[in-house]
Amino acid sequence: MQYQSQAVAKPYFIAAIGLFVGQIVFGLIMGLQYVMGDFLFPEIPFNVARMVHTNLLIVWLLFGFMGAAYYLVPEESERELQSPGLAILMFWVFLIAGALTILGYLLVPYATLADITGNELFPTMGREFLEQPTVTKIGIVIVALAFLYNIGMTVLKGRKTVINLVLLIGLVGLAVFFLFSFYNPDNLVKDKFYWWWVVHLWVEGVWELILGAILAFVLIKTTGVDREVIEKWLYVIIAMSLITGLIGTGHHYFWIGTPAYWQWWGSIFSALEPIPFFMMTVFAFNMVNRRRRNHPNKAAMLWALGTSVMAFLGAGVWGFMHTLAPVNFYTHGSQITAAHGHMAFYGAYVMIVLTIISYAMPMLRGRQAANSNRSQVLEMWSFWLMTVSMVFITLFLTGAGILQVYLQRFSDNPQPFMVVQDKIALFYWMREVAGLVFLIGLVTYLASFFVGSRDAEAVITPGGENARVNGPAGSVSGATVNSG
Amino acid sequence: MAQAFTKAMARNIFYGGSLFFILLFLALTFDTSSALPELDNRANLTKTVALGKSLWEKNDCIGCHTLLGEGAYFAPELGNAYQRLGGKAGIIGFIQSRPKDGIPGRRSMPQFNFTDEQLNAIAEFLKYSSEINAAGWPPNVQG
Ligand code: HEC
Ligand code: HEM
Ligand code: HEM
Ligand SMILES: [Fe+2]
Repeated sequence: MQYQSQAVAKPYFIAAIGLFVGQIVFGLIMGLQYVMGDFLFPEIPFNVARMVHTNLLIVWLLFGFMGAAYYLVPEESERELQSPGLAILMFWVFLIAGALTILGYLLVPYATLADITGNELFPTMGREFLEQPTVTKIGIVIVALAFLYNIGMTVLKGRKTVINLVLLIGLVGLAVFFLFSFYNPDNLVKDKFYWWWVVHLWVEGVWELILGAILAFVLIKTTGVDREVIEKWLYVIIAMSLITGLIGTGHHYFWIGTPAYWQWWGSIFSALEPIPFFMMTVFAFNMVNRRRRNHPNKAAMLWALGTSVMAFLGAGVWGFMHTLAPVNFYTHGSQITAAHGHMAFYGAYVMIVLTIISYAMPMLRGRQAANSNRSQVLEMWSFWLMTVSMVFITLFLTGAGILQVYLQRFSDNPQPFMVVQDKIALFYWMREVAGLVFLIGLVTYLASFFVGSRDAEAVITPGGENARVNGPAGSVSGATVNSG
Repeated sequence: MAQAFTKAMARNIFYGGSLFFILLFLALTFDTSSALPELDNRANLTKTVALGKSLWEKNDCIGCHTLLGEGAYFAPELGNAYQRLGGKAGIIGFIQSRPKDGIPGRRSMPQFNFTDEQLNAIAEFLKYSSEINAAGWPPNVQG
């Protein structure tokens, strides 16, 4: 760690991981409700479990992004953070507001929560992913503003790098598009139209900038490849993201009462959206192949490469699968959508946050550059367990989706929704089993923070392999370098 | 070759490209806004429908159902429930008759204890939704 104030990232990362665990527990509850319909009914109805699952996901990813920014911006700017105190204060505000909101979902009926929080004065609740009470939304805006001030001032006063600039543009965009969550007209079509300005323009727009910036930072640090090269790649990737992703919003405007020309605009531009994700894969592997040094943090390297592959599969391949209007006509709002949503969110955003945590956490915990071999081996096990089980979750949901679409929408005599759901229950059972393996992977991940934490740090031997060094952590000889 | 393509060029593609496509997106949004009155069934957007939408949101129906294909995939699509259930009476009857403790072994919908006025408003909202011009979606009455 080169600057004291980078330490504020640590609580953000810890909170992110904690909420991640909660997200998965509620995912498993819902997975069971899919096949045992009355499970936990009426105590935790499906919709409540779902909002907990998805809101925890979004909140922990935001914690991850903020932690990432607090870690990498000082290092890139070559100065201390504008106000570490403000960062810690906002950490607690965000955590408490988040916890209260989740408790509100679980402890009182949603309609009561709406009443308590005065939703009728300014109704914004009850829309997918935007279920938070209006006061929570306002709290999010306040936290975002304080965060942007803190990061923005640090960037402005320090060294200006492309990574910092791209990250900042992404974060400002994130805050700006969130403002559309306050627009909730009675007109359902308009409501849906602008709802996507939050959801789509986040994940297929500004979040890609954040993803690219974090990935570029970790690659510079771990491979030692020339900054000029990496920054050029970064510009081209994010250029493609916005060039395809903005008009690509049209793939959500096929069947919601918007003009039919969106079927053309949306299909064509969103069909190009896999390009930036593919470039990210080429970029990551290229940089690693051209590395100037071997970094002892093998786990971080694995996460970085894994992100680039899984984001391409989940967003690029599974996105393309149902993005052309004639296909989407049949798959719209089916299990195909759920399959894609899972692998894309995991591959792109879960994995990039785990990448930066993997890279930064050893330093935040007082290591020179990397965890011990034992910790890293466990972490890499968790990588494979979670990633492979997510592939299976996606495949099972895709199987369920294909059958659902055929039986309910495509065959000569279409069957009712509930009948079809019964017929494809086997796939939901298999999804639940894969989900349990995911949970095992997550527990393994948690364990990797404790197992081997007293062992000596992993280092690079001249042959390039990690070797165990006897002696106290930190007494590693100059074989590894950790400066950018 | 690779050398000829500089970082400055990459940066210009990013700023220029983004700006161009932001403007194009705004232009398309503007055009959509002016086309919507023909498509979005606003003629039937009454006070009752607005009340129905607010009840829809207040009870998070979207957390189990899709509406015009968006939402959750746990329970039937409701954008065409008006047709499938044979009109408002069918919708009202269904919502009213949910058992408080669910149906054993079956995916269950809560009993919301709506008043008659509220039930009417929700049914009106689903009727209004079903009359939005959604380009022929869903493919059939099963949603
Ligand atoms: C906890 C999940 C859940 C919530 C929340 C929920 N529903 Fe349902 N709903 C269901 C399920 C499951 C079914 C299918 C029930 C069955 O067939 O036995 C259903 C069926 C329906 C149907 C009949 C659809 C058909 O084609 O048969 C209507 C209408 C309906 N719901 C309206 C609503 C409205 C309006 C709300 C909000 C006030 C709502 N639902 C909230 C789970 C839910
Ligand atoms: C990392 C990036 C991405 C993430 C996190 C993501 C996530 C999601 C999620 C969660 C949904 C469901 C939204 C809802 O609940 O209604 C969705 C829908 C969709 N996504 Fe993505 N997505 C990504 C990238 C892409 C890309 C690149 C494409 C196209 C190539 C794509 C195509 C689609 C389509 C067509 C839908 C609508 C599905 C439907 O009609 O039901 N996505 N995405
Ligand atoms: C243990 C594994 C998991 C299980 C069993 C699970 C289960 C579920 C279920 C049942 C739904 C609701 C689908 C519906 O609306 O009917 C859902 C939604 C969702 N989950 Fe998970 N989940 C798991 C892990 C994850 C992970 C790791 C992520 C993040 C990457 C994630 C992201 C999402 C998203 C974005 C949605 C909304 C999807 C959409 O609207 O298309 N889930 N999940
Ligand atoms: Fe999208």
